[in-house]
Amino acid sequence: MKVLVPVKRVIDYNVKVRVKADQTGVELANVKMSMNPFDEISVEQAIRLKEAGVAEEIIAVSIGVQQCQETIRTALAMGADRGIHVLHDGDVEPLAVAKMLKELAEKEGPSLIIVGKQAIDDDSNQTGQMLAALLGWGQATFVSEIQIEGEQLKATREVDGGLETISVKLPSVITTDLRLNEPRYASLPNIMKAKKKPIDQISPADLGVDPSIRLEILKVAEPPQRESGVKVEDVADLVDKLRNTAKVI
Amino acid sequence: MTSLILAEHDNSELKPATLNAVTAARALNGSIDILVAGSNCKGAAEGASKIEGVNKVLVADSEEYANALAENVANLVSKIADNYSHILATATTSAKNIMPRVAALRDVQQISEISEVIDTETFVRPIYAGNAMATVKSSDSLKVITVRGTSFEAAEDNGGSAAIEQVEASGDLGLSSYIGSELSASERPDLTSARIVISGGRGMQSGENFPIIEAVADKLGAAVGASRAAVDAGYVPNDYQVGQTGKVVAPDLYIAVGISGAIQHLAGMKDSKVIVAINKDEEAPIFQVADFGLVADLFKAVPELDDELQKNGFTG
Repeated sequence: MKVLVPVKRVIDYNVKVRVKADQTGVELANVKMSMNPFDEISVEQAIRLKEAGVAEEIIAVSIGVQQCQETIRTALAMGADRGIHVLHDGDVEPLAVAKMLKELAEKEGPSLIIVGKQAIDDDSNQTGQMLAALLGWGQATFVSEIQIEGEQLKATREVDGGLETISVKLPSVITTDLRLNEPRYASLPNIMKAKKKPIDQISPADLGVDPSIRLEILKVAEPPQRESGVKVEDVADLVDKLRNTAKVI
Repeated sequence: MTSLILAEHDNSELKPATLNAVTAARALNGSIDILVAGSNCKGAAEGASKIEGVNKVLVADSEEYANALAENVANLVSKIADNYSHILATATTSAKNIMPRVAALRDVQQISEISEVIDTETFVRPIYAGNAMATVKSSDSLKVITVRGTSFEAAEDNGGSAAIEQVEASGDLGLSSYIGSELSASERPDLTSARIVISGGRGMQSGENFPIIEAVADKLGAAVGASRAAVDAGYVPNDYQVGQTGKVVAPDLYIAVGISGAIQHLAGMKDSKVIVAINKDEEAPIFQVADFGLVADLFKAVPELDDELQKNGFTG
């Protein structure tokens, strides 16, 4: 079966994000960009399915600026087979992304689409669910374990009270949580090989999708800062402060 | 202008998470209905009818909603959305699973985890794990919204007497089925609604050491949490995790034990009223957000804290 994996280019998770002085967004100039960590988990899971003989082809898709090709190359170096880049210069929202992915899914016919549960830039946690809805497919979100059994996918999901197991009919969309796997690093020979793998470049218009923004960002501000506190001498001092100064116990 | 709230419940009872979305909806100054989609969910529907300020409780009581499978519930919500200007739910894992599906079915760009209502179409939401706050304005005619529970007080869950009205079920789409759950059984309060939370991090060194913080938790009536590092190391189950990718908590008192304070953890607890950090590394970033910091070996300090609480009359 074919597996489709969307990958997003975001500010590297180790970078301390800074709000722009004019409050129009966060500083992106000269900031290290990487693949969204949840998407790395998705790529890794697709590769494991291929290694297990379940998946035959892995297609990595990225939507956005020209440099998204680097993100696709990372997926190809990890082990994806080919890439599709939907070039778009402005911001793109989860609903528009889901619509583009739906068109690609209908063209490519994957049995499984593996989506990161959330991107660490806008923290929306929407794309996978929206894509499943638009395709009329079942979904298994926030998965920490999957098993494919014929036409069914059995998934363990991370939910508020613990774990939940569901079965979803294929084709389906899954969204990956942290404990699904530990993504591999691309080896140097694989990075070299990835340079020869094909990446198709298309536009939102080729897919018939209007990427206009529905949710206008009016302002991006710093969060309120906490005032720094005090160091206490010992445990007795701590309990005294909690009882008599903060009055929380 | 009328809002619909998707209730969080386990069929027999309404879950308190629902109450935060009610408060957010009140800020929109319109009328509020609540939808309880479940199976044999009379108990949950009655709970919803008692919430103050609710006009009407809609109940879809049918087998296909027994386990809140996203496909079936989203299909139902989407069908009754015509009567509403806003659809809201508190951002639990269940709502996060269902609501984007509703939004896509209605061709709406969802607004995730709002922390403030500015007006009926403008909201504030955290981005970049809470390192920035975005003010966003929606141009969709229907607004589909998830609400960050810790940013809105819980509405009163008694005093109301909303009418309960049955709505027609939308059927089983047959796309997914529920197999089972492994839920952590605990006598302690729920992490997201506890007044006091005590969490352990990598400094705990092993799951076998968690009983020392559990003893303190029981004296204070606190919930027990953990950092991602402690969960990833297998010390405790995933549902203990406090942080951007785990649970977001804002108790009156948060005690971080052996937690260095990675950005992702701070995002999940920095709105707590009072933060205590116990860590032997005085350079640990957790001390920058702590109101009270104790630089000490946790294996000495936590048992001492247990004794000191006992001396002060906290017996659990």
